Amino acid sequence: MDLSNRETWGLIHGLLLGSFFLLAFAGGLAELYGLRTRWETDEGLVGSVRRLTIGFWAMAIAAWLTVITGTWIVYPWYREALAGEGAAGCAGAQIPIPGKCSPKDFLVSNVSGDTESWHEFGMEWKEHIAWLAPMFATTAAFIVAYYGVKLAKQGRIRRLTITLFVLAFSVAAVAGILGALITKVAPVK
Amino acid sequence: MSTAQAPAETDTDSARIDGPPAASLIAAGIGAVTLGLFITLAEASTGIKDFLQWNDRVGPLSGKTILAVIAYFGSFLILGLAWRGKTFALRPILIAAGVLVLLGLLFTFPPIFQAFASE
Repeated sequence: MDLSNRETWGLIHGLLLGSFFLLAFAGGLAELYGLRTRWETDEGLVGSVRRLTIGFWAMAIAAWLTVITGTWIVYPWYREALAGEGAAGCAGAQIPIPGKCSPKDFLVSNVSGDTESWHEFGMEWKEHIAWLAPMFATTAAFIVAYYGVKLAKQGRIRRLTITLFVLAFSVAAVAGILGALITKVAPVK
Repeated sequence: MSTAQAPAETDTDSARIDGPPAASLIAAGIGAVTLGLFITLAEASTGIKDFLQWNDRVGPLSGKTILAVIAYFGSFLILGLAWRGKTFALRPILIAAGVLVLLGLLFTFPPIFQAFASE
């Protein structure tokens, strides 16, 4: 049981940081939905807002770290041009070959079936849309921190923040699902 | 006879939004639309694609994302300071941010930005 440096960074990017963001979503949504003066005591509201503020900022930071590690550490390994003319390095490959056939080389070469759209659609969407998640999550965290307990009385602002938070989760989920599927077809090793 | 009634609605539910949160919403839209714009421009022009390649290992994604992040935090800072102490009607802020975010989402979708690909 051994993980290479590249596999370790892939796990930090996807399984630790990315998954933390996605898993924390349900708790954040429930807490924000329940933040109402009719449903909580004044003391309860203070506790809820404290948890929400810490949780939302932690999620925003996790989202930024996810896209930074993904783009600047893992993605260069994915997109290396190694295969050469006519994807010679990928000939006969069933999965990418370290040093000869990168995951992108492997997918666009179609040497193991019709795999090009995993790059042309899947990776192209994932690598871009993922960057919207930290922006939306940071904005949601800022609004929660700015309004604090007042958010419990501001129904429209609370619903707006929920919408933004769901949007951040949705784009992160698209990126996360595509990342998991692409890694299954063409792992970074 | 007592009747069970739901507690009175206590939400103030203002239809206005303070300046800094409004700035953060518009900034999210500006960040999204900037990313979508540079993705599409890079697809349409090899010159722009090369210009956006600020790091050879990362490729054009480096320029696209750095510019989008600068647009997000830059507009957040500038609008946040300019709108400090002000309040705005919520509806126009929501419409503006919504349109920008929608455009950003559309132009990060491959079938749309790839339609602008240069021959």
